[in-house]
Amino acid sequence: MTRTVVAAASVQRGAPRKSLVACLLPLAAVLLGAAAYAIDPTELPDPVLQQRYLALTHELRCVQCQNEAIADSPAGIASDLRREVRDMLLAGKSDDDVRNFMLARYGDFVLFRPRFAPKTAWVWLTPGILLLIGAFVAWRIVRARTALVPLDNEPLEEDFRR
Amino acid sequence: MNRFALPIALFALLVVVLAIGIKHSPEKGIIASPLIGKPAPQFSLPSLTDGARTVSSTSLRGRWYLLNVWGSWCGTCREEHGMLLEVRQSGLVPLIGLDWKDDDAQALSWLQQLGNPYEVVAVDREGRTAIDWGVYAAPESFLVNPQGIVVYKCMGELTHEIWEREILPRLPKQQTAKS
Repeated sequence: MTRTVVAAASVQRGAPRKSLVACLLPLAAVLLGAAAYAIDPTELPDPVLQQRYLALTHELRCVQCQNEAIADSPAGIASDLRREVRDMLLAGKSDDDVRNFMLARYGDFVLFRPRFAPKTAWVWLTPGILLLIGAFVAWRIVRARTALVPLDNEPLEEDFRR
Repeated sequence: MNRFALPIALFALLVVVLAIGIKHSPEKGIIASPLIGKPAPQFSLPSLTDGARTVSSTSLRGRWYLLNVWGSWCGTCREEHGMLLEVRQSGLVPLIGLDWKDDDAQALSWLQQLGNPYEVVAVDREGRTAIDWGVYAAPESFLVNPQGIVVYKCMGELTHEIWEREILPRLPKQQTAKS
């Protein structure tokens, strides 16, 4: 159906603006359709719980698709894990209870924001160490350059006189 | 000389980091199970072949078993099935099936058509027990010792190579001697 719309629009040369709209319509339909087709329809009765639910499902990695949060993934295991989060929140468990539940089963990899533990320490410390190395290198370069600048400008003036 | 020392050192560091990455690339996407060395999760589920019977983790205590997570919807499980039948044939370790998020009728016809390698099959329709075991993609197999400790997890198809290299050496000597 969208194909016929685009084809008809391109034939209608007299009205470029109209054809542009006609071209964009299918795109808009696709984009709006994607927004309407929510992966996770879960609504918790309490808005505070709902907020915590959304935060947690965005923070937990889908273990199958691995670069998506369970909130965004259509995978079966993601929907099962969302169900676990929902049920635990409804049962009055804390956010940390939910995180620890997932950690015990799937390990550190499930948390998009890793906790600080012996095994994950390097994830947190490497950027700082690299920054320190960079600062040291920058300081060395700056110091080397300042040493090159003559203390007075006399040789330069001599050059001018020549 | 000194001018090149730092860039060369940084380059060497980069080489080491990338080499580690390349060496580990076959494991990409595989989540190491935090369950290894820990007690197997408790469960109590209905049996696939006998609805009146329940399969529970406590009834499995005291002996070695290999828990195999499968489903009739799982393509790799079909490829793996021949190997599972061989494991059953060898009699070295009992296979306990965990039929994950499956249709009972389809699971039964699968076993009828391809043969049943399992001593017993637990049915996990909701997938909750699978989550307790940290399952995320079938097939997965867990080797559990008589103390109920998970000693090894095979992610994906159980191949001859993995059987020889990872499972056999972990089983006690008197059991392997039978072959």
